[in-house]
Amino acid sequence: MAETLEFPTGHVRLGSNAGQPLTRRDGMLKVTGAATYAADNRPAGLLHAVYAVSAIARGRVTFLDVAAAKAHPGVVEVITPANRPPLARNPDEKAHGFSWRIEALQNDGVRYAGQPIAVVVAETLEAANEGARLLAPRYEVEPARIGHDRGEVFDPPVVGVGAEPNLTKGDAEVGHRAAAHHVDVDIETPLHYHNALEPHAIVAEWHGDRLTLDVPNQAIAIARSDFAGFFGVPAENVELRSPFIGGGFGSKAILNGPQVLCILAARMTNRPVKLVLRRDQMFGPVGHRGGTRQRLSLGVDEGGHLTVIEHHAQSTTSSFDDFLEPAANASHNLYASPAILTRHTGVRIDTGTPGPMRAPGEASGSAALECAMDEAAEAAGLDPLEFRMRNYAETDPATGRPFSSKALRQCYAEGAKQFGWAGRPLAPRQMRDEAGHLVGWGVGSSLFPNPMFQAEARAVLRADGTGLVEISAVEMGQGALTALAQIAADGLGIDVDKLEFRAGSSELPDGGIAGGSGHTATAGNAIFAAGSDAMGRLADIATQDPASPLFGAGNAGVVARGGRLHRADDESRSEPYTAILDRAGLDHVEGHGSGARNPADAEDYAMFSHGVVFAEVKVDPELYQVRVSRLVGAFAAGRIINPRLAKSQLTGGMIWGLGFALHEEGVHDPRTGRPMNADFAGYHVPVNADAPSVEAFLVEEDDRHVNALGIKGVGEIGITGSVGAIANAVWHATGVRVHRFPIHIEALLR
Amino acid sequence: MTLSLSLTVNGDRHEVHLEDARPTLLDVLRERLGLVGTKKGCDRGQCGACTVLVDGRRINSCLTLAMSVDGAEITTIEGVARNGAMHPVQAAFIDNDAFQCGYCTPGQIMSAIGLIAEGEAGGDPERIREGMSGNLCRCAAYPGITEAVRDATERLSQNQRKSA
Repeated sequence: MAETLEFPTGHVRLGSNAGQPLTRRDGMLKVTGAATYAADNRPAGLLHAVYAVSAIARGRVTFLDVAAAKAHPGVVEVITPANRPPLARNPDEKAHGFSWRIEALQNDGVRYAGQPIAVVVAETLEAANEGARLLAPRYEVEPARIGHDRGEVFDPPVVGVGAEPNLTKGDAEVGHRAAAHHVDVDIETPLHYHNALEPHAIVAEWHGDRLTLDVPNQAIAIARSDFAGFFGVPAENVELRSPFIGGGFGSKAILNGPQVLCILAARMTNRPVKLVLRRDQMFGPVGHRGGTRQRLSLGVDEGGHLTVIEHHAQSTTSSFDDFLEPAANASHNLYASPAILTRHTGVRIDTGTPGPMRAPGEASGSAALECAMDEAAEAAGLDPLEFRMRNYAETDPATGRPFSSKALRQCYAEGAKQFGWAGRPLAPRQMRDEAGHLVGWGVGSSLFPNPMFQAEARAVLRADGTGLVEISAVEMGQGALTALAQIAADGLGIDVDKLEFRAGSSELPDGGIAGGSGHTATAGNAIFAAGSDAMGRLADIATQDPASPLFGAGNAGVVARGGRLHRADDESRSEPYTAILDRAGLDHVEGHGSGARNPADAEDYAMFSHGVVFAEVKVDPELYQVRVSRLVGAFAAGRIINPRLAKSQLTGGMIWGLGFALHEEGVHDPRTGRPMNADFAGYHVPVNADAPSVEAFLVEEDDRHVNALGIKGVGEIGITGSVGAIANAVWHATGVRVHRFPIHIEALLR
Repeated sequence: MTLSLSLTVNGDRHEVHLEDARPTLLDVLRERLGLVGTKKGCDRGQCGACTVLVDGRRINSCLTLAMSVDGAEITTIEGVARNGAMHPVQAAFIDNDAFQCGYCTPGQIMSAIGLIAEGEAGGDPERIREGMSGNLCRCAAYPGITEAVRDATERLSQNQRKSA
């Protein structure tokens, strides 16, 4: 019987590629304009589709001037509920836990402004646009319900994706009685729209009952099977290509109505069809972050310790589906308290359905929690950083489980040092800069869970010593093509330059979901396991070959590194891969692997990335204009595969926090329900000049439980902490506690 | 009625025939000339993803009707690398990790080339940030972008000194 190679089941030592701050492997493609995004595809015979949107938020469409649209030169087809062919799946059915109800012209009803009500397909984009305009819809209008006070409030069975809506730990009443200081804080956060710079886009082409899709997607295998379901074809008939995503942030993880309508248009016209959303159409059927109204009640004893955290969050959702921003759950895992009580309610309003948007729940909830913590520190007369350290959670407050790793204390120390926090005056309005601006410093803790999904990968070592790794992983800016290739190269024990890495297509092994900050962990572990599997096969060959210096290495084991197998007990005895394969007459060896959480570890440990953000703001003492002059973050997130990319994720997240604190706000007209700022002139996101100094520092963390490679995640944590840090700095500069985001000048003018 | 115009794009002359005057320069570049490196982010001049150079000046090609630039010299992202060598701005974007998803990157790079040519910002990071603020990056790779533009400005002025 073959002696098989043993690989450690616990902690894995990676090779020389992981950990290096390599520049992006797709850099050349991206700086030369050669990286291909969905809308860049132009198959022969291409038609353009534009959908008409509802101008009302509730009611039904009573008339569409289809004749006028059809009469416009170049218009090929107009699709309305009257002629829309049946779909194999009901768009109002939720097929699984990760499916949303979508609008695919199933009837003439309107449930939010911006909903697709017809599709015009034409030879040119200009003709399709004009055709859509000529439809001139008429409506039967029902009053729109916008805002927390106009919609129906309900108790949700779940929040987020399948999370419990309520938690009771300890006795809140006892906690309040034990408190010397009480703090009640109300915070409102508005709707946020993802607004990836790449608008949603799709190019669909049928060849008989086979469908080819170019569409940016963060969950390729799920999307492929869902698209197949809508059109009644087997999943393997659908080829979904998503080599580059121009920003996802959660919105490209969820299938949406316009995509289905484009595929339908391609089938009806029997030609390839491209549909690209206009920027204003990004404020409707493609998800958003629901608004929240939150109340926190904290109790603090004489020693500055929390006695109770109560956190209630009411989140907006649509009238017809149920995704709720799980904001109150942000209070579960960060600060020690004998009593924690969290609760969610939902409110139904006439908007599209919200969905996951970068740090869903964590961002809004952290914003409120960190503001409340700051008020509690003030009440207790403590420095806000000292107050946070005094309430440091040594075990997970919600479950009592130990943390798989937690270097938050080191983050506090490193961040404070880098920022220069020492000597900060306790009282507000104490600091000015040379120009006379009010200066304030604030802090917020960062926390994000470390979920894992399921992924598969295939690894091949070729006779020439090069490698190939395949997985339907997703490059959406986080650097998957680079970081995952580094892991893949280490799995095969070769230099990353000798690795071909294929990703971004449904024809490859399922790479899982690029979301929840869990992609590198999930796909990375699958990739490494596949490489190890291939190396195991290679080692089997070598250790059984009397001509190999590794012959009989047996249980002593073999290490794959630098394109050679080495005896683990005597590294001077080694042989190149090429020689082993050559002698065996093989042109390659192949391995397969999967990545997922070890269920036992999931039971035993609480797993989170941690960090802290310090903010400095400068506020004009007369105009109360706020500028964030500095953001400094320190984060511990397990093993960092590529510090250059990780820092970019973290600073990007921190700037999202800046946008949350000062800029982003989707405003719907309470009378019509229409988005009033559905463009970049009205919906403000940070520009370069808004973020003069943003730095992220990485704190080392060795996690033996989160997964075999010790990888956590960095994609979303940067927003958490940042929003509160900025709001707290604004208080420190002005003495004004804000209760609403984004912070408007009028909230500070007193 | 067909309208004809002539565009010189990245040194190549194109005769373009339009059915009417509606197409923007951006849509002509992308949909008719197949130069899809230039991106559409908002189609109303608010994001900068469609930035190209027209006669050396940076403009939003989505706000420019193609007919209005008849006879102009246009440079797009596909035309800035020369003889297989990256433009210093492109190289600086890679070295300073000035992007994530890459969708705004062609516009950022064209804008940076325009900004450097304008000569207003020099190596001053604050002026660079201001001068690059017409180009949104939703991934918020701004620290890298600023550093890349500063770095490229330096590389270009060194090249000029060398060639002088």
